[in-house]
Amino acid sequence: MALIRDVAAQGAQMLLVVGAAPLATGFLRKCKARLTRRRGAPVLQPYRDLLRLLRKDVVLAENASWLFRAAPYLVFAATWVAAALVPTFGSGLLFSWSADLIAIVALLGSARFFLALAGMDVGTAFGGIGASREMMIGSLAEPAMLMIIFSLALLAGSTQLSLIAAYMQSSAVGLRVTLGLALAALLMVAIAESGRIPVDNPATHLELTMVHEAMVLEYSGRHLALIELTAWLKLLLYLSLIACVFVPWGVAPPGSGLLAHVAGAGLYAGKIALACALLAVFEMTIAKMRVFRVPNFLGAALMLGFLGAMLLFVSRII
Amino acid sequence: MLIGSLLLGIGALLGLSVLALLVGGRHWGTPLIYAAGLALSLGLLALAGAALLRDGPAQTLVLPLGLPWIGMHFRLDALAAFFLVVVNLGGAGACLYGIGYGRHAAEPLRVLPFVPAFLAGMNLVPLADDAFTFLVAWEFMSLASWVLVVAEHRGADNVEAGYIYLAMAALGTFALLLAFGLLAGPAGGYAFASMRAAHVTPLVAAAVLGLVLFGAGAKAGLVPLHVWLPRAHPVAPSHVSALMSGVMTKVAIYAVIRIVFDLLGPPVWWWGIVVMGFGGASALMGILYALFETDLKRVLAYSTIENVGFVFVGLGLALAFRADGMAAAAALALTAALLHVLNHALLKSLLFYGAGAVLGASGIRDMERMGGLIHRMPVTAVAVLGGAIGLSALPPFNAFVSEWLTFQAILLSPALPQWGLKLLVPAVGALLALAAALAATCFVRLYGIVFLGRPRSDAAAGAHETDPFSAAAMLIFAGLALLLGVVPGFALDALGAPVAAVLGVHMPAELRLPWLSIAPLAASRGTYNGLLVCLFIAGSAALVAAAIRLFAPRRTTRGPAWDCGFPDPSPALQYSAAGFAEPIRRVFGPTLFRSRTSVRMPPPGETRPARLVVHSHDLIWETLYAPVAGLVAAASTRLNVMQFLTIRRYLSLVFAVLVILLLVLALWR
Repeated sequence: MALIRDVAAQGAQMLLVVGAAPLATGFLRKCKARLTRRRGAPVLQPYRDLLRLLRKDVVLAENASWLFRAAPYLVFAATWVAAALVPTFGSGLLFSWSADLIAIVALLGSARFFLALAGMDVGTAFGGIGASREMMIGSLAEPAMLMIIFSLALLAGSTQLSLIAAYMQSSAVGLRVTLGLALAALLMVAIAESGRIPVDNPATHLELTMVHEAMVLEYSGRHLALIELTAWLKLLLYLSLIACVFVPWGVAPPGSGLLAHVAGAGLYAGKIALACALLAVFEMTIAKMRVFRVPNFLGAALMLGFLGAMLLFVSRII
Repeated sequence: MLIGSLLLGIGALLGLSVLALLVGGRHWGTPLIYAAGLALSLGLLALAGAALLRDGPAQTLVLPLGLPWIGMHFRLDALAAFFLVVVNLGGAGACLYGIGYGRHAAEPLRVLPFVPAFLAGMNLVPLADDAFTFLVAWEFMSLASWVLVVAEHRGADNVEAGYIYLAMAALGTFALLLAFGLLAGPAGGYAFASMRAAHVTPLVAAAVLGLVLFGAGAKAGLVPLHVWLPRAHPVAPSHVSALMSGVMTKVAIYAVIRIVFDLLGPPVWWWGIVVMGFGGASALMGILYALFETDLKRVLAYSTIENVGFVFVGLGLALAFRADGMAAAAALALTAALLHVLNHALLKSLLFYGAGAVLGASGIRDMERMGGLIHRMPVTAVAVLGGAIGLSALPPFNAFVSEWLTFQAILLSPALPQWGLKLLVPAVGALLALAAALAATCFVRLYGIVFLGRPRSDAAAGAHETDPFSAAAMLIFAGLALLLGVVPGFALDALGAPVAAVLGVHMPAELRLPWLSIAPLAASRGTYNGLLVCLFIAGSAALVAAAIRLFAPRRTTRGPAWDCGFPDPSPALQYSAAGFAEPIRRVFGPTLFRSRTSVRMPPPGETRPARLVVHSHDLIWETLYAPVAGLVAAASTRLNVMQFLTIRRYLSLVFAVLVILLLVLALWR
C-alpha cells in the first residue's frame, strides 16, 4: 500500500512538473506584459505554442546528423528526470535516493552538453556562437552551484535533496549567514542557468545577443517543441529548488496523507506564482548585460557560494 | 602461483619484443606481434584480476638476478594487482587497436619491438619489491616509451619532445633514486620490507615526499612538472599515446601511493596540503591549457594533466584524513582516487584511439581543419562521444562516479582539526568543480569542432571510417566506461582490497544495497544510482518519442540551413576551435596566461581584412624552465672551447684536476 502511494506521488510529481512548466512560463510572460501595460498573450499561450509546433513538419538542415535529431529527446529526458527529483508538493519521493543534488546538477550538465553539441551540428555561425556562450555560462555557473550544494550539504549532513528539504523545514535550522550567501548565489545561478534577463533574453530577436536561442536556431516542429518545453522545465526546476530549500513550508513530509499532499500542492502553486511575479518585476527593472559581463556576474555568485561554504568549514566545531 | 605466472607473462612480453625485431619488417609481422601482445595482455589481465579478487596475504618471490648480493624481490599485493589490471587493460586495448592501426606506421621496426617492451616495463613496476628492481623497471618503462616517442623522428617537434622527455625522465628517476636512498638509510636496506619497518625522522620523511612528488609527479604530469607531457604524448603513434597517457601516468601514481602511503610510515597532516595543492593546480591549469590548444592529440594530453590532478586531490585528502585518524574518510578518498585511475585509463585510451582513427583517416591533427566527421566515421563518432561525455564527468558515464565520490570526501573534511586544511579543502573543492565544468566545455569544443559541423578542409571531407580492429577497441572501451558508470558498485567493491592493503580499512560493501545503488558512507549522507538514472533517462526519452510518434506524426523534410536567413556556403564561417574557447580565454587568460588581444582595423574605405591577434604566454615555461634551459645552453657554449684543445693542454688539465682532487681529499681527512 505504502509502495503504491509512493509510486503515485512520484508519478504525480513527474506529470506535475511537465504539465505546470508551460503554465509557469505563461504566467511569467503575462506578468511581464501587465507590468509594461500591455494586455499580453493568454496565460495558456505556451500550451498552444506547443500544440502548434507539434502539428508542423520538421525541416532538417541538409547536413544535420543523427545527433541533431536525438538531442531534443535526450535533453528533455535528462531535464525531466532532474526536475522529477526536486521536491515540489511532497518531499517523500520514491526515487529521490537514485540521484542526490550533485547528480541532479550533473544531469542538467549532461543536458547542456547535448544541446551545445546539437548547436554545433549543422555548422552555422549562430549555432557555434550559442554553444560557445552557453558552455561559458555553464562552466562558471556549475562550480557556483556546487559551492551552494556544499553549504547546504554541510548544514543538513547530506547531499540528498529530500533530506536537505526536511532539514530546512525542521527547527534545527536558524538564521545563518551561510544560508543568506547561498540564497543570493542560488538566485544568480538560477537566473543564468534558465537563461533569464540580465544574462540571456528568451524573447530576443537580435541575433548577436542570443545565447540559448542562437543554439537552437535550426530546430523546428516537434524538435523545437521539446526544446522549448525543456527550457520552461528548467526554469520551473530552479524555482522549485529555491522553493523547497529556502521556502520549505507546506511541503508534505514523507508518509503524510493525501490532504497534506493536496495542501502542499496548493502552497507550491502559490510559491511558484509568487516567484514568477517577482522574477517578472526583477526582469522589468534591469537591462540585459553584455555577454562579456556575464563572467563577472557568475564570478560573484561563485564567490558568494564559496564564502558560504568556507564559513561553514571554519566554523565547524568538532 | 600467481606472481610466478605474472613474471612468466612479463618474460613472454620481452621475448615478443625480441621476436618483433626479427619479423617486424615483414608485412604480416605487425598483426602477428600485436595479436600475440593482445593474447599476453589478456592473460596477464586475467591473472591480475584473480589476484585482485583473491583473499589472502601478499605473495613474494626472489629471483637470483640483478645485483648478486641483493637479487630481485617481487611482491604481489592487492594494490599492485589493481594497477596491473589497469596496465593490462590498457595494454590489451592498445594491442587490439594496433592490429589495425599498426599498418599506418611508416617504419614498423621503429615501433613494434618497443611496444611489448614498454608493456613489460609497466607490468614490472607494480611488482617490484626492492628499490633496485623498481628503478630498473621504471627506467625500462621510461626508455621504451622514449624510443616510441621518437619513432617518427622526422619532425622537429618529435626531436624536441624526445629531448625534453629524456631530460625530465632522467631528473625524475634521479629524484626517485635519492628518495630510495633516504628511505634505505645508512644501513642500506633496499628491500621495501626493510624500508617499511624502518622509521625515518620527520625531516627525512618530508624530503622523501618532495622527491617522490618530483620524480613520480613529473612522470604523472603534475603541474608545474608537466611540460614534457603535452609534447611527448601526442607525437608517439596513437596507441602508444593512449598507453602513455592512459596507463603510464597511472604507474607513476602507483609509485606515489606505494612510497608515500606504504613505505614512508604514518603521514603528517600538512602532506595532504602539499599533495592537494599540486593536484588542484594541475586540474585547473591542465584543462585551461587543453581549452586553448587546437592540436587534437595535445588537447587530450593536457586533459590527462587535469585528471591526474583529480587523482592527486583524492590522494591528498586521503593523507590528511589518515593523519587525523579518520580512517573511513581516508578509505573513501583513496577509493575515489583509485576509481578515477581506472576510469581515466579507459576514457583517455578510448579518446586517443579516436584521435588516431581521425589522424589515420584524414592525416590531420589540427582541429581547425576538421569537421563533419560524424557523417564519414559514424562508428568512431559514437565511441568518441562516449569518451567525451565520460571525460566531462557527466552521468551516466564512469568519471562522474569518481568525481562524485571525491566531492563526498571533501564534504567530510570540515571535521579535520587543522586550520590549514579547513581553509584549503573548500578552495580545492571549488577548483575541482571549476575544472570539471571547464572539462565539459573542452569536450563539447573537441567533439563539436572535429565531428560536427561541416568539413573545414578537403582532407576532412575525404575521410573514411577506420578499420574494424580499431573500431572494436574503441567500442569495447566505450562500453566498459558506460558499464562502470551504470553499475559502479562492482568496481567499488573490487577496490576494497587495494584500499585495505594501504590503509587497513575499506569502504563498506556496496553491492548489498538494493538496486545496485552506491552509498559511500551512510545512506542518509547521499546516494547515487547510475543504473536507475540511466534507465530513467532512456525510459523518458523513449516515452516522449513514442508519444510524439503516436499523437503528432509529422513529416521530416530536408532543406538548407536556416541560419537566421543568411546561410553561407563557406565552411570557414563556422565557429573555429579558437573562437569557441575565446569567452573562456577572456575570463582566465589575462591573469593566468597574460594574454592580450589586439584588433587592427583598416581605416574606413579600405578593403583590407581586419586582423585580430591574441598573444598569450605559458608562464610556467617562461618563469621556471626557460631560465634553466638558457643557463644550460650558456654553460655548454662556454664549455664548448674544451672540445678544441691541443693534447698538451688536455694533459695539463687532467693533471691539474688530479692534483686538486688529491688536495681536497687531503684536506677532508
